[in-house]
Amino acid sequence: MFLLNPNFYGVIGRKVLDFVWLFGGVSKLGFQTAVLTPTRPWGAARIFEQAKKIGVDSMPIVSLVSFFIGVILALQTAYIMEKMSSEIYIASIVAVSLTRELGPVITALIVAGRCGAGITAELGTMTVTEQVDALATLGSNPIKYLVVPRVLSLTIMLPILTLFADAIGIFGGYLIGIYRLSIRSSLYMNMTFQTLVYKDLLTGLVKTIFFGMLIALIACYEGLNVRGGAEGVGKATTRSVVNTFIMIIAADCFFTALFYFFLE
Amino acid sequence: MAMIELTDVSKNLGGKQVLDHMNLNVDEGETKVIIGRSGVGKSVTLKHIVRLLEPDSGSVRVEGKDVLALRGKALSDLHREIGLVFQGGALFDSLTVGENVGFVLSEHMGAGQAEIDKRVKESLALVGLYKIENYMPSDLSGGMRKRVALARAICTRPKIILYDEPTTGVDPITADAINLLIDELHDKLKVTSIVVTHDMRSAYKVADRIAMLYEGKIIAEGTPDEIRYSHNPYVHQFITGAAQGPITDGQSSILKGIE
Repeated sequence: MFLLNPNFYGVIGRKVLDFVWLFGGVSKLGFQTAVLTPTRPWGAARIFEQAKKIGVDSMPIVSLVSFFIGVILALQTAYIMEKMSSEIYIASIVAVSLTRELGPVITALIVAGRCGAGITAELGTMTVTEQVDALATLGSNPIKYLVVPRVLSLTIMLPILTLFADAIGIFGGYLIGIYRLSIRSSLYMNMTFQTLVYKDLLTGLVKTIFFGMLIALIACYEGLNVRGGAEGVGKATTRSVVNTFIMIIAADCFFTALFYFFLE
Repeated sequence: MAMIELTDVSKNLGGKQVLDHMNLNVDEGETKVIIGRSGVGKSVTLKHIVRLLEPDSGSVRVEGKDVLALRGKALSDLHREIGLVFQGGALFDSLTVGENVGFVLSEHMGAGQAEIDKRVKESLALVGLYKIENYMPSDLSGGMRKRVALARAICTRPKIILYDEPTTGVDPITADAINLLIDELHDKLKVTSIVVTHDMRSAYKVADRIAMLYEGKIIAEGTPDEIRYSHNPYVHQFITGAAQGPITDGQSSILKGIE
């Protein structure tokens, strides 16, 4: 039986140690980033370049996925609500679910997969080809030059992307509401905005600020710690995406509990 | 006067004792070549001089300053006095050749675009390259990448240039051109240089003195002729490139595999 196998506990121990190591490394990188952010040179051009790569270039995929999520959410809710003749509440459920939970989390997961993986691969390649060492010997702090712009861009762009995702998801639900369930357009809009309160929107957006930092820091940490050439870059990229997904869901659970107990 | 002094430097990397109480002095204006097998710690030695690595014990001094005690601006100033030419060039993929060469001028010295363009052109001309400022590093051959890396290293007119395997991976004619370039830069810019290599043709051509690194220590040092005619069996095996000898004794060699 696997519970009697000493290797089983060895594997668990190794995973726990890996996690503690990652947590320590990411925390240290976060601290160094915070210290270096308000120092010169500001590197505005690098921040804008990253913001474009992360924000503007992610818009199509985020829009597409959030539209489908809105449609799916409306259809799945309709399945229950039709039985209770309460279709009108679909608008409220779609709006609240999207702004409080699905919008922030789905957007964060898409950006982690798209941009987090890209950041790890880029920084990992720079590490194995000694470009990161070259930066240091040319008098530039690699954390200031590479990590700070990415963390700032992700922290700013993820909430903005999430706002778009919320709006497009609600539009997806609206289309189902008026064309499939024959709810009047004005009634659907009324139900959406009557139910939504600022708190719903804000709690969703506060989470994304932390998700943005998490994605950037884990991706940069994995990239800067690559060992072993192309294979190392591949492994680090996979690890970066997996760890970011786990941390986003764990952080989401933490924030949801926090808001539930202290803000409700 | 010793420009670079490594005293009693030890470094363990991943459980392997790479440097073991190593001592190395490089005088001002001298070109010292460090030879040794791959993985013996030659590049690690260079990384200690620019503090990309810190020793477990021992001291590293450049121009009399303790490198390990430098912080912030003092460390940046040191970096500006040392140009390190990496083995693969380590050019920034996302920047053009011109931006790579003028990197320090634009990032740290606040130079105007006209001044940067002029210095980039001069530095590229010193390594024999013209009108390639707008190329991307991926458009260049291996030899050109090395020369651009050298142009980047000399753009701030450093007092010291460190070369990590400058002739590895290029054809013999390009390798000889790079050797000539190292000699020329030494004469024109009056720099102190350390060249890390296992290419003996290159070592004889550019060195004022050659030091051999073996098992974490400098085991022999002398002029190119002294090394060429050395009776040290380790040096002799290395410079003649013999598969059998004291360096490979006790190691699983290709020859043993064939037997």
